[in-house]
Amino acid sequence: MTKLAYYPGCTLKTTAKNFDDSTVASAKALGIELVEPERWNCCGTVHALAKDDVMHHLAPVRNMLRVQEMNSEGQVDSKEMITLCAMCYNTLKRSNQTFNEDSDKKQKIQDIMFKEEATYSGSVEVKHFLETLKEMGWDKVKEAVKTPLTGLKVAPYYGCLLLRPRGIGIDDTDNPRIIEDLFEALGAEVVNFAYKQKCCGSYNTVHMKEVVGDLAHKILKQAKDGGADILATACPLCEYNLGPRQEQVKVQYPSFDSIPVVYFTQLMSLAFGLGDEAMAFEANRPDPRPLLREKGLLEE
Amino acid sequence: MENNSEKITIYVMGKKHMVPEDLTIMKAMEYSGHQFTRGAGCRGGYCGACATLYRKKGSYKLEGALACQKIVEDGMYIAQIPFSPAEKKTYILDEIKPEAATILEYYPEVSRCLACNTCTKACPQDIMVMDYVQASLRGDITQAAKLSFDCISCGLCAVRCPAEIVPYNVSQLARRLYAKYIDGPSEHVLERVKEVEEGVYDQDIKELMTASKETLAERYNTREIDLNE
Repeated sequence: MTKLAYYPGCTLKTTAKNFDDSTVASAKALGIELVEPERWNCCGTVHALAKDDVMHHLAPVRNMLRVQEMNSEGQVDSKEMITLCAMCYNTLKRSNQTFNEDSDKKQKIQDIMFKEEATYSGSVEVKHFLETLKEMGWDKVKEAVKTPLTGLKVAPYYGCLLLRPRGIGIDDTDNPRIIEDLFEALGAEVVNFAYKQKCCGSYNTVHMKEVVGDLAHKILKQAKDGGADILATACPLCEYNLGPRQEQVKVQYPSFDSIPVVYFTQLMSLAFGLGDEAMAFEANRPDPRPLLREKGLLEE
Repeated sequence: MENNSEKITIYVMGKKHMVPEDLTIMKAMEYSGHQFTRGAGCRGGYCGACATLYRKKGSYKLEGALACQKIVEDGMYIAQIPFSPAEKKTYILDEIKPEAATILEYYPEVSRCLACNTCTKACPQDIMVMDYVQASLRGDITQAAKLSFDCISCGLCAVRCPAEIVPYNVSQLARRLYAKYIDGPSEHVLERVKEVEEGVYDQDIKELMTASKETLAERYNTREIDLNE
């Protein structure tokens, strides 16, 4: 087992537990033990990364400091900090970059973190789990498959935060392949669709759900028109806006038919044969299980 | 009050006083003629009533302590914070759940936490305040309760928080949720309550209630205390 530091983020511990469970289980099936730091805090979330706002860098930097500590204590096998939530990934990655590239800001951040037990050196490497899989090699992923997702047409949905801004993305901003490659390795049929990087509406879901209703409709309809049975995502907010918010889409577009939206790790857990607790499909809305049973991938 | 120690200068709310160097802030204030009507309690570092903010000579750092515990230093500027203004929320423990949503319903400002750790640095009890605030934010009620166990609600964290969170109110809610839903009732308390109800201690209580003041004093002074029990 390779031990890697794992930063789950608040959402994976509250409303996206199915993302957390399926991630830890599918990593284990690939020989990776994801080790959570004993202490961690909210990543800070991307809206905190305004150029002139150094104070908001404290949260991400402090999390990287925890991983640095794990590293120096030998709790993990690399300097990597594995993230899953696209929001956390983006925040941590960008903040780490700022810390390492902007010496003025670095100094200010360290000044505010006075009198603490350790100082962050900038040594941690923020990574998304998808990058870990890619580095491991798709063949290795393929070897772990017990139930190939044969006949399942999966539309990979990236959203914004895995790919933008340019330079911090996990793959090519305009033409990403990484989720496609994963699902090919899992034996699924990948549906390419034009809106896979389109914004889901993000936090507008709180106060202007019609905006999200419109965007979700566009994205989901495009995927369906391309023949998709299901969407796979890596962002809890996208999952919410494209999944449970389909109720709002139906209010605005009465003829809309629902389509399941799941985390990519849930389908990994399915393909690896890891059982109900790892897949945790019961938390998804709409329920993906009837589709997966119909495809012969889940038992009745 | 007689005291032969060296005298040093302190400033209480801006006014200069010469006080013996070995006094606590609380005693130094009393030495210099102040009388506490609020902001003093047990005088032993347990009750949390005597929160103080101060700056040391030549330092820009704003620091906090309990006045009954902190020894004065030459050139110290001192102000008492007898109360930290904060709304006390009302909730019915039977009707709420031990999860992040509960914390955020009553104290939504928790999501404003910057993880700056100012609260932790302000805490005279050396509690990892920021860590328990963050634990509560992600619904880890057990960690929030355990980390905050030593809190005495002095209010210094709340006064210093740039996100205007009132951590001690959050941790009290977390500990109540933990006690009710996660830890559950303690067996030994249930047993003792049963004994009380069965009248096991009725005779002892009756004896105490009718004992003379001298007897009570004698029993108090000769009582056995087993700190390991």
